[in-house]
Amino acid sequence: MTPTGPSTSTIPDTQDDARPGASERAADPSATSPLHRLSPEQIEEIGEAFQRIHDEVKADLGERDAHYIRSIIEFHRRLAALSRIVLMASRYPPAWVLGTTGLSVAKILENMEIGHNVLHGQWDWMNDPQIHSSTWDWDTASTSASWKHSHNYIHHTYTNIVGKDKDVGYEFMRIDPKQPWEPFFLLQPVLNVIVMLAFEWGVAIHDLDLEAVRKGKKDPKQLKDELKGIGRKAGRQILKDYILFPALSGKHWKKTLKANFTANLVRNVWSNAIIFCGHFPDQAYTFTEEEVADETRGGWYVRQLLGAANIEGSDTFHLMSGNLSYQVEHHLFPDMPSSRYKEIAPKVKAVCEQYGLPYNTGPFLQQWLMVQRSILRLAFPGGKERPKSPPYVAPPEPPRRRPTVEGVEGPVPAFP
Amino acid sequence: MVETAAAPRISRWRRKLLQMAGAMTTPLLPDDYLALLDPRWSTRELTGTVVRVRSETDEAATVIVRPSHPWPGHRPGQYLRIGAEIDGIRHWRAYSLTSDPEHPEGLVSVTVKHVEDGKMSPWFTEHCGPGTVVFLGDVEGEFGLPDPLPEKLLMISAGSGITPIWSMLRELQRRGRLDDVVHLHGTRTAEGFIFGPMLRELADDHEGYRLHEQLSSENGRLKATDLDELVPDWRERFASLSGPREMIDAFVEHWESEGLADQLQTERFQPVIGTGDAEVGSGGTVRFRVTDKDAECDVGVSILVGGEEAGANLPYGCRMGICHTCVGRLRSGKVRDLRSGEVHGEDGETIRTCVNAPEGHVEIEL
Repeated sequence: MTPTGPSTSTIPDTQDDARPGASERAADPSATSPLHRLSPEQIEEIGEAFQRIHDEVKADLGERDAHYIRSIIEFHRRLAALSRIVLMASRYPPAWVLGTTGLSVAKILENMEIGHNVLHGQWDWMNDPQIHSSTWDWDTASTSASWKHSHNYIHHTYTNIVGKDKDVGYEFMRIDPKQPWEPFFLLQPVLNVIVMLAFEWGVAIHDLDLEAVRKGKKDPKQLKDELKGIGRKAGRQILKDYILFPALSGKHWKKTLKANFTANLVRNVWSNAIIFCGHFPDQAYTFTEEEVADETRGGWYVRQLLGAANIEGSDTFHLMSGNLSYQVEHHLFPDMPSSRYKEIAPKVKAVCEQYGLPYNTGPFLQQWLMVQRSILRLAFPGGKERPKSPPYVAPPEPPRRRPTVEGVEGPVPAFP
Repeated sequence: MVETAAAPRISRWRRKLLQMAGAMTTPLLPDDYLALLDPRWSTRELTGTVVRVRSETDEAATVIVRPSHPWPGHRPGQYLRIGAEIDGIRHWRAYSLTSDPEHPEGLVSVTVKHVEDGKMSPWFTEHCGPGTVVFLGDVEGEFGLPDPLPEKLLMISAGSGITPIWSMLRELQRRGRLDDVVHLHGTRTAEGFIFGPMLRELADDHEGYRLHEQLSSENGRLKATDLDELVPDWRERFASLSGPREMIDAFVEHWESEGLADQLQTERFQPVIGTGDAEVGSGGTVRFRVTDKDAECDVGVSILVGGEEAGANLPYGCRMGICHTCVGRLRSGKVRDLRSGEVHGEDGETIRTCVNAPEGHVEIEL
């Protein structure tokens, strides 16, 4: 269904330079940010259109969705168990490769399609205490409670507001020219690689809110509790991956330890890549606190749309990215089951087209390279706003070619 | 948090073993992997498999369930929270247990009356069947036979309110104590009387059990003013009331007006609490760590209500301490249970925010 605004609504004029292929635009963002071009009424209409998409899906959730998440969870558990068993024979190279691959895939699925999404409450509607944001814990160093605060609450509420959303550069990187430069950022090309490799530990520390700790704003008791929580989780993770399972391989424990280390590394690099591609590519807009003062529900939706970027790929790619490749849909509807993002993407695009809004997306390598370029460039002072996407225009439908019977002249439709 | 089934009772060594194996499955539990082999091996939640559904009347059916682990037991008159998954969503309801406490095959049952437009009762009476899995919550409720047993008893029930009374009568029969029991039951028709045939038989066999059926389609509903005529010595009897709220309210008023309130027990849920009616404790302040909100609770105001007034979006269900939907982990401070007045709270304990008020400053992971 296409969300319908009043038919008289004026679609803002798309300037000539906003056509595909002519996207190199003036660098002043406030001149082009769609947030400033839309009237308050249009913003309200957009908000209602998105809310309608959300409510339709919510009313339709049922057995099919429950079956989906249970299948994924079961698949993860089987794969994890099998990989661990195969790795008991890690001294044989094929077993090592097979087990490490399986464990890497299992950990990625567990963190991305299962953990991240369950912790968002995407499956809370099932009322199943074993697949619920209040009880879930995931196979990574950060604790679910502090993650829910720093990610679900801070990041998803204040998305891309420079100075409020601590995920803009994670408090140690400059990934947006709006962030003032400091000499410390000269280190960021090196820090970037370290964070890529040790991503789960970076996330765990990020959840503590280092800036608040530095400024002494964090309640000492809460900080102590959170540090204890991280310590306890880290201890259990290390015991499992680096002591107990290697021990099962007897005197070849080193091979299994290396396999487990590799699997964690693969998961770290992959999740880092996907997550950095969510908001840091050039197309994504950032906002100042003044821009979003007195923001309405509609304004919130528009900001989520503009601040996120999708990654194009196959169904398997989407699954392995936890459907964060539908970052736009995820940011509009963080509590919607991830398996529904693909289904609603056309409706989101239709809203974009109707109101002349961009639908940020691109192939994986392109998005990732853009992010890396920004990280390198913005380590140094200065840097300009990068060009943004033009308003979304649906691609023309390919001319329909009716299948014809071979050897017959003219368009004779096939039978039957 | 969300309502969870009861924890199965398992032996200490098994619990210990699972705990140790948890070091290898963390953050999951060994149960999660065992369940891949057979779901009944999981000790996360007490589940049950429906053995059969027995029709009692046109509108009521007894659902007979085999628990996945040995039944922890119950007292006749208590109720069970029972959960079922309908179109991907788990729902919970409380029903009185109608099975004997120590069933030789370890079976338990609840008896459900079909409620038009209901969610769960039509599912129980029409959709569920042998093999369906249900979730078994905690056994709760204070309604039951007093100890020591009074000499003269009066039971008053109407409609599906018969179910706890049925369990109590069965228990009296087992104990050989159907000495002097008068039972008034209101039903629309004689055929709609759940357990009617068996109770009539019981009355025929036992002189100490007198059954009066009030057919509301013919003679109107049971009224408190009928008592003197139907049971002249009702003031000397310990009475148990189970039925629709209006009926109970009317009868309770009657007992109270005679100054006999302590000779009466009723089966109905407690009123919603935590809104400041109960004047106990000191009140206090709450810090919600996840939602990043601070709330102030006056005396008798629950953490849930205080948090909602401060603008926090908090989970809740029954709002009377039954369903555990609203629980959060206590991280600092003490709370007061608004039902009992008791002050409690250990660091890390999960507490129900709907029936607990802060006693001073508390911090909670919600």
